[in-house]
Amino acid sequence: MTTTSTTPDSPLPGLVHGLYAEGEPIRDTKAPTGPIDRRWNTRKFEASLVNPANRRKLSVIIVGTGLAGGAAAATLGEAGYNVKSFCYQDSPRRAHSIAAQGGINAAKNYKEDGDSVYRLFYDTVKGGDYRSRESNVYRLAEVSTNIIDQCVAQGVPFAREYGGLLDNRSFGGVQVSRTFYARGQTGQQLLIGAYQALERQVAAGTVEMFNRHEMLEVVVVDGKARGIIARDLVTGEIETHLADAVVLASGGYGNVFYLSTNAMGSNVTATWRAHRKGAYFGNPCYTQIHPTCIPVAGEHQSKLTLMSESLRNDGRIWVPKNAADCEKDPREIPEEDRDYYLERIYPSFGNLVPRDIASRQAKNVCDEGRGVGPKVGDFRRGVYLDFTDALKRMSAEAVAEKYGNLLDMYQRITGENPYEVPMRIYPAVHYTMGGLWVDYDLQSSIPGLFVTGEANFSDHGANRLGASALMQGLADGYFVLPHTIRDYLAKGPFDKLDESHEAVAEARASVDARVAKLLSINGDRSVDSFHKELGNIMWEYCGMERSEEGLRKAIDLIRGLRDEFWRNVKVLGAADTLNQSLEKAGRVADFLELGELMCIDALHRRESCGGHFRAESQTEDGEALRHDDEFAYVAAWEWGGQDGAPVLHKEDLVYEFVELKQRSYK
Amino acid sequence: MNLTLKIWRQAGPTTKGEMVTYPVTEISEDMSFLEMLDVLNEQLNARGEEPIAFDSDCREGICGMCGLMISGKAHGPEVTTTCQLHMRSFSDGDEITVEPWRADAFPVIKDLVVDRSSFDRIIQAGGFISANTGSAPEAHSVPVPKDKADRAFMAAACIGCGACVAACPNASGMLFMGAKITHLGELPQGQPERDARVVNMVSQHDHEGFGGCTNIGECSSACPKEIPLDVINQLNKDLRGALMRGE
Ligand SMILES: Cc1cc2nc3c(=O)[nH]c(=O)nc-3n(C[C@H](O)[C@H](O)[C@H](O)COP(=O)(O)OP(=O)(O)OC[C@H]3O[C@@H](n4cnc5c(N)ncnc54)[C@H](O)[C@@H]3O)c2cc1C
Ligand code: SF4
Ligand code: FES
Repeated sequence: MTTTSTTPDSPLPGLVHGLYAEGEPIRDTKAPTGPIDRRWNTRKFEASLVNPANRRKLSVIIVGTGLAGGAAAATLGEAGYNVKSFCYQDSPRRAHSIAAQGGINAAKNYKEDGDSVYRLFYDTVKGGDYRSRESNVYRLAEVSTNIIDQCVAQGVPFAREYGGLLDNRSFGGVQVSRTFYARGQTGQQLLIGAYQALERQVAAGTVEMFNRHEMLEVVVVDGKARGIIARDLVTGEIETHLADAVVLASGGYGNVFYLSTNAMGSNVTATWRAHRKGAYFGNPCYTQIHPTCIPVAGEHQSKLTLMSESLRNDGRIWVPKNAADCEKDPREIPEEDRDYYLERIYPSFGNLVPRDIASRQAKNVCDEGRGVGPKVGDFRRGVYLDFTDALKRMSAEAVAEKYGNLLDMYQRITGENPYEVPMRIYPAVHYTMGGLWVDYDLQSSIPGLFVTGEANFSDHGANRLGASALMQGLADGYFVLPHTIRDYLAKGPFDKLDESHEAVAEARASVDARVAKLLSINGDRSVDSFHKELGNIMWEYCGMERSEEGLRKAIDLIRGLRDEFWRNVKVLGAADTLNQSLEKAGRVADFLELGELMCIDALHRRESCGGHFRAESQTEDGEALRHDDEFAYVAAWEWGGQDGAPVLHKEDLVYEFVELKQRSYK
Repeated sequence: MNLTLKIWRQAGPTTKGEMVTYPVTEISEDMSFLEMLDVLNEQLNARGEEPIAFDSDCREGICGMCGLMISGKAHGPEVTTTCQLHMRSFSDGDEITVEPWRADAFPVIKDLVVDRSSFDRIIQAGGFISANTGSAPEAHSVPVPKDKADRAFMAAACIGCGACVAACPNASGMLFMGAKITHLGELPQGQPERDARVVNMVSQHDHEGFGGCTNIGECSSACPKEIPLDVINQLNKDLRGALMRGE
């Protein structure tokens, strides 16, 4: 049975740092060599074709209906494959991609401002702090232009200029205007486009849709992914679904922190279960913390809300110089007693420094006791984002025209009027760059298991630039996976399988046992209380700033908490009905395992890089210090077994086109 | 603040439901309505009573998953989604009733959770533009006048929550459908399938058991995205035209 999961207290002998083993290096074998701008074409040409008449006989399971999964399901359905699509919400249209606000990048160069595929490629590699694969990122930039064409043809109502052509804006500190947007609802509009294409295939009979279904296990037979075990969340029935290939497009795992900008149901279960069956997990500790979120208001808080970082274009960020002023009405604090700390430390970039730096400095000033807003725990966790100057300079109407919907949202959530009182913001977990390791074909280390969108580790390195996750999701779903998966499917249809096969029955039995176990513990603590405690540990020790000492402490705490979870969690209700506590319990159980791996990954990476700052690796003036000589690799972790330790496989990152440089924003 | 909640409890799709009274205490006005229910659920769980089932996901007003009838109003007293409603909209001592959406086309699954898959089937019937992946022309080859693009965007803001249906005395889905007809109908790309779209969607809508529209307007007042009533006029106009052209 695979239920309890305590790791022994004393470390196993021969482990690095007492925590993990080091295995063979790995590498991607699918990307062609040669000029970077020809690699994708070469791969498309070399990938085997599947005769249209055979496609109907080939079946593909796709878990997830966000941009990455919805686009793939629609496209494979149109091509004539037999697709089964899964999501846990009541409709595919509600995947969390819907919440993306700011926009989507594409190298269209409509503004003739010097943009190009190469520049988008270059910016994305640099933005990822040189921890992503050049071939993948180049391909992403290359297909970005097709995405815009496709979405416009579907009726996605992007913002337009008076002449009727598409509008662009510059986003996230980039110097060209390449971001396409639909007011603050870009993700919604792109997802509705993919959703409608998907529903069209449901009507055509090529895609069968399973709403309110949660994947709980992957079926691996003779080393190949051949299906999933899913729970019908309405009836509670455990179902077996078999296919020739499986695609995981299940999104990110930011909810390991409990509070994040992710949806309540966002989870790691799909990818974690695959990890336990042999799929390597790439760079699990790479998380992105977004600087402009609405701060935590109290203990009851269930999630955090992002406000577009475009607010930093006109708002000024500050805290009081003196901790004694932190409780005062900000309007009564005179100019000379305010610390516009980003403008002070980074005079040339000021409030527009990249996300990671803005986030960390906010944490620093709050740690110094100069945060504002309500106390949560021992500290006030908030800094002012002040529009007073902008309101004087631009008029209230102009501010409302540009930012009205964001300011209204702020007012609705906090009850404060941002036209009168400075807003308060604080960083929050927003995106996970880590995910299942995949090769250039987006195939994981389990043959036949493909991973797309935020669920894979692939394109953003150690830090993601704004407006590039939507681009990656749709690139993977519409334009990459449909080509690479055919190379795999061309070898099929694979041996016919039925539910009585030993490996299938075993996968199913393990799910049944886990559900039964969760319902039988009947302890004292709710699932949410465990989730909150885990989130606090992760945020404190594996959040914006990490140290060896803190991470070691976190690992111990997580092990203890996981142990308690399996002894003391209280999940009421039955297995054979809608049971939201049971759903949450399964997700939290997996977060409790992932959290430990994230800390181990963070601990082994003794450098400050991209979204994460390592206390032991900083320059004299406290800035992030990367170590390319030691760490220019992808850390791909293999599951080490229930009582074993994870095994690290390194994929060296080779830069043939972009020169590695330390970032500097001073 | 302290409140009295009367909440619909129903164990399953075929069981009979009833209103159950739950007092809640020490509710902060900064909580969202759903966080207030989270607090209640933690208390129920601690007492060994099964928590109340309700839907939510994004909790930021965009996914359309949440939706409760709060004291007789879809999404409660403000123009917003249930998840964005905050407790400062209520006062100490209030009695609040909480029920699921009520409509034949949205059967109750459990407690406050309903089945809205009928909306998906309306989209399947024609709420799309047929453009296979890879077949699209260059995006700038067809300019779209800004006023048309803006109106399409306004209608595309619908989040498919179903409040319009819940608010309508006829349980009609016309506002939801009109929003889609308007979104796609304003765009040049939506023209080739325009007639077939409206006819097929309306036929599916009626087949699902949604009621007809008698111009009451409750839908639009309840809509968190403020979709205006004139999308229904657009739908009716398109439908008449399509039928006249023999679709
Ligand atoms: C508030 C917010 C704003 C953002 N803004 C931007 C932006 O402006 N620009 C940008 O580029 N990016 C932005 N991002 C990031 C971007 O939105 C996401 O990274 C991206 O949309 C993820 O898409 P996806 O398809 O990989 O996953 P998701 O959209 O998260 O979809 C996951 C899918 O998997 C399903 N699923 C998950 N687990 C299971 C399971 N176990 N069983 C069955 N189904 C399952 C879910 O039902 C869902 O359908 C933002 C993110 C957030 C949170
Ligand atoms: S029209 Fe408004 S109320 Fe109806 S589903 Fe759309 S957003 Fe909800
Ligand atoms: S939970 Fe997404 S709109 Fe309310």
